Amino acid sequence: MLQDKDRIFTNLYGAQSWGLDAAMKRGDWDGTKDILAKGQDWIISEMKESGLRGRGGAGFPTGLKWSFMPKDVSSGPSYLVVNADEGEPGTCKDRDLMRHDPHKLIEGCLLAGFAMNASAAYIYIRGEFYREAEVLNAAIEEARAKGFLGKNACGSGYDFDVFVHRGAGAYICGEETALIESLEGKKGQPRLKPPFPANVGAWGRPTTVNNVESIAVAPTILRRGAAWFAGLGRPNNVGTKVFCISGHVNNPCNVEEEMGIPLKELIETHAGGVRGGWDNLLAVIPGGSSVPVLPKDICDTVLMDFDSLKDVQSGLGTAAVIVMDKSTDIIKAIARLAEFYKHESCGQCTPCREGTGWMWRIMERLVTGEADKSEIDMLLEVSKQIEGHTICALGDAAAWPIQGLMRHFRPTVEARIDAYRSSNAVAAE
Amino acid sequence: MPTLTIDGKEITVDNGLTVLQACEEAGAEIPRFCYHERLSIAGNCRMCLVEMERAPKPIASCAMPVGDGMVITTNSETVKKAREGVMEFLLINHPLDCPICDQGGECDLQDQAVAFGRGSDRFEEGKRAVAEKNMGPLVKTEMTRCIHCLRCVRFAEEVAGVDELGALWRGENTQITTYLGQILDSEMSGNVIDLCPVGALTSRPYAFTARSWELKKTESIDVMDALGSNIRIDTRGKAVMRILPRLNDDVNEEWISDKTRYACDGLSKARLDQPYVKLDGKLTPANWAEAFNAVADALKGANGSDVAAITGDMADMESMFALKGLLASMSSDRIDCRQDGAALDASCRAGYVMNSGIAGIDEADYILLVGSNPRSEAPVLNSRILAAVKGRGVTVANIGSAEDLTYRTDELGDDASILDKILSGKHATAKALKDAAKPMIIVGQGALARTDGGAILKAARDIADKYCMADGWNGFNVLHTAASRVGGLDLGLTTDGGADGIMDDAAAGKLKAVFLLGADEIDTSALKDTFTVYIGSHGDEGVRHADVILPAAAYSEKSATYVNTEGRVQHSEKAVFAPGEAREDWTILRALSDVMGHRLPYDSLEALREQMAIVAPSSAQLDQKPDEAWGDFGTKGKITSGGIAPAIDNFYATNPIARVSNTMADCIAARETEVEGATGTNG
Repeated sequence: MLQDKDRIFTNLYGAQSWGLDAAMKRGDWDGTKDILAKGQDWIISEMKESGLRGRGGAGFPTGLKWSFMPKDVSSGPSYLVVNADEGEPGTCKDRDLMRHDPHKLIEGCLLAGFAMNASAAYIYIRGEFYREAEVLNAAIEEARAKGFLGKNACGSGYDFDVFVHRGAGAYICGEETALIESLEGKKGQPRLKPPFPANVGAWGRPTTVNNVESIAVAPTILRRGAAWFAGLGRPNNVGTKVFCISGHVNNPCNVEEEMGIPLKELIETHAGGVRGGWDNLLAVIPGGSSVPVLPKDICDTVLMDFDSLKDVQSGLGTAAVIVMDKSTDIIKAIARLAEFYKHESCGQCTPCREGTGWMWRIMERLVTGEADKSEIDMLLEVSKQIEGHTICALGDAAAWPIQGLMRHFRPTVEARIDAYRSSNAVAAE
Repeated sequence: MPTLTIDGKEITVDNGLTVLQACEEAGAEIPRFCYHERLSIAGNCRMCLVEMERAPKPIASCAMPVGDGMVITTNSETVKKAREGVMEFLLINHPLDCPICDQGGECDLQDQAVAFGRGSDRFEEGKRAVAEKNMGPLVKTEMTRCIHCLRCVRFAEEVAGVDELGALWRGENTQITTYLGQILDSEMSGNVIDLCPVGALTSRPYAFTARSWELKKTESIDVMDALGSNIRIDTRGKAVMRILPRLNDDVNEEWISDKTRYACDGLSKARLDQPYVKLDGKLTPANWAEAFNAVADALKGANGSDVAAITGDMADMESMFALKGLLASMSSDRIDCRQDGAALDASCRAGYVMNSGIAGIDEADYILLVGSNPRSEAPVLNSRILAAVKGRGVTVANIGSAEDLTYRTDELGDDASILDKILSGKHATAKALKDAAKPMIIVGQGALARTDGGAILKAARDIADKYCMADGWNGFNVLHTAASRVGGLDLGLTTDGGADGIMDDAAAGKLKAVFLLGADEIDTSALKDTFTVYIGSHGDEGVRHADVILPAAAYSEKSATYVNTEGRVQHSEKAVFAPGEAREDWTILRALSDVMGHRLPYDSLEALREQMAIVAPSSAQLDQKPDEAWGDFGTKGKITSGGIAPAIDNFYATNPIARVSNTMADCIAARETEVEGATGTNG
């Protein structure tokens, strides 16, 4: 369990002010100039050594990502883009980080931007986060007024600024290249890769897109040292992580914890346990709507980090833990997610555009049981036809929850079909 | 040059190719819908998925650049399943109404479903239906069939230059539509029909009139503008059903303008299908013998320059040559091919062709338009300029009326006297021309048809001479509006005073007779009292004061020679027979010459062409852009200041065929209503 001294987000619950004075009391903007003075290579190598993996879902090593940016910037600007389009159902961490601790993010932008030679950072914030955008903008103004941003940021001799751009409410704009398209004023649709954003990103310039949390933890890592961060958690799954616990728990919450904490401990310690006790647990979606669901027997023992969850054919994703007790109609729950992905598919790629709607329609019939058992295999096959065949990962994200459902709850689905059959047989008599 | 292994076969390909292109070179067929050679890469249909070694999932071959050492598999079980999967998704919401779809028989989806599909259907939910969109009188929509490949959207933006098509909504609700539901305001819009891989966008005028497999296909040349676009004429029986583009990278790539494609319904309207002779002031139907005798009687004793002739914009080279021969037999050489009075000089070929070539636009780095509106005069050429502007950032400067050419232009004003300033180096454009490696100056008929056209031609020539010459590069270009013009000039059909001089002399009663060979773009009222013979296909301006009408073949009805604006000689092919009594023009003139007693010395098209090649040797050099020797041309003189008027005021009504075409009339009407109803707030 994470000790208070190792906590990064000390104002996660907004007990104190988000403002600059309070933030500085919490240690933000402390010695930023000195960190900058250590140079770009030091920052990047420190980030690499810290073992921080991207907190947006895919878990790509953050330091490595920064190192992809071109060193030579004589041909024009390059950019840092912060992905604050937090739209994954179940996830609500970035929102609280920005609402209560915006200066961590802003300081992180400066450090990350400096490390990758970016001339500016754009924070692409989900349009619905209206108040959070206000807070961010106000916090940026504070930082500018203090000389932390703008020309000669923090007295380092480096010019850097941060801008907030509000999205318009599309889940797909959380995909990094769709986000860049949207930032450019176009329809949010993922781009083909290669070229990757580090070569051709926003306005055709080298761009790195990072999650809010990945950037916001960077200043603390650089202040306290890579070894401290790497010492938390398990190898390859280090550091602290903000978990979002929602659903059938007594006390839904965001909580910063050490990576690798057992799921059961996480729920019982911080969320007041499952409604009606642990034995009333049906299943947990451990990492936001797009990762496969886990049944109770796996939840009993699984650890909350990238590799442990991958081993049980799920994923850490955004660490949004959606808890479902035995009152849940698991088929309906997954059908609702299927509808979400149908609704949010951008419509570019054939498999996702056509397949998400098809899967949702089959799922809706499985909810009532009005289906044939052979359709379960067909549904899985359809999901396989989508998975891995599209430009971005939304197709995969639409396929996995359904695959997870069938992996662990196929008997439930079959029983529903049988029930529908028999009730209709009675009606026919 | 990277070397790849494709299906176990090693192949070395050019750098910069995509895996899909490399697979094609290796002989592996890759199905595709969104990919098109001439459009940007979208990579969204996912039909072209192939396996690449060390890649965790199948890759879209259309979007993946080739790399050395890549190992690609296109025939594995994974690839087969991926294709079947994508095909199944494409078909679940496709209506499968092939029997009533105009695309049937030439549909990519149909063909590829047979080749790469699963062969059975598992989709039991309801299919999607999408409302039709209004894309104007040319493009018929059936959006339920759309597979969202976005080729049309990319075409509109990248080739037509109008950002008026786009995809609304998202996911399975995505719909292709026009901006605010307005018509597609482009002269190139018909090409989206060819691009559409399914039957979502089809030809409205052609709708439900024929099936592709019943049509006879004839490869020919277009005459609607001076580009000489390569076309295919699809016919059924005597009727021309539709016109499609053929590939020619040097001329029209694979596009044609809407006029080329859709004016063909004019081929069956207002046709002159039998000879007429004026009796007692009224045109009366006659047979060929009567008509010929009437001409012969009227011309008896005619000699020298009291007989004149004007040739029209769509006249083929053979008929112009025959008419020239007929006049020569009466000792007259007063035959002019410049209806519009353009001050073109036939003495130097470099002075009246596009020396840089149409494909030269792809290399040019600065373009100066002088009195030319390529968008209305040659839309396909305009798309090439657009590509140069969009792709390479080429600057286009314009002297002439400011029009929307679909790309940004530096408007220098419409005052022709700017040319003097450029020539003397006092204008900023002079520096721009000098700094460019391959500058082009494109002179249009709007500038040359002025009274000071000769001086403008001279000034443009001198500017080109001073700034636009490089090793292997001649930047002087004339953009013609008429398909016949270069051919006519090759035959030397110019006279002092031009067409206007002929008209003036006719009005003054100095001429005994005037021949009009399809000349319809002139005011013929001056010919009221002059004996006029009209040889042509349509009843238009030229027959107004005609005394004898000799019905001739339209461009689809004869094998003929046309020379395009860059001097490229091309042969058209006869797709159908001319209606009724109408005959191919040169045969009419040959027969008439016999009746008049001085028979022209050829009995076949081949014999005619042989003799024509003596007069105009270039006419025997087929399908090549010749390099012309530079020379002096134009007439030194004062350029009067004052605006340059456009050469064409209505793109859809430039010739007799287009003027009687219902489709062209619909295009004009659709634009008029759109302008009227544009806002509703402007009173």
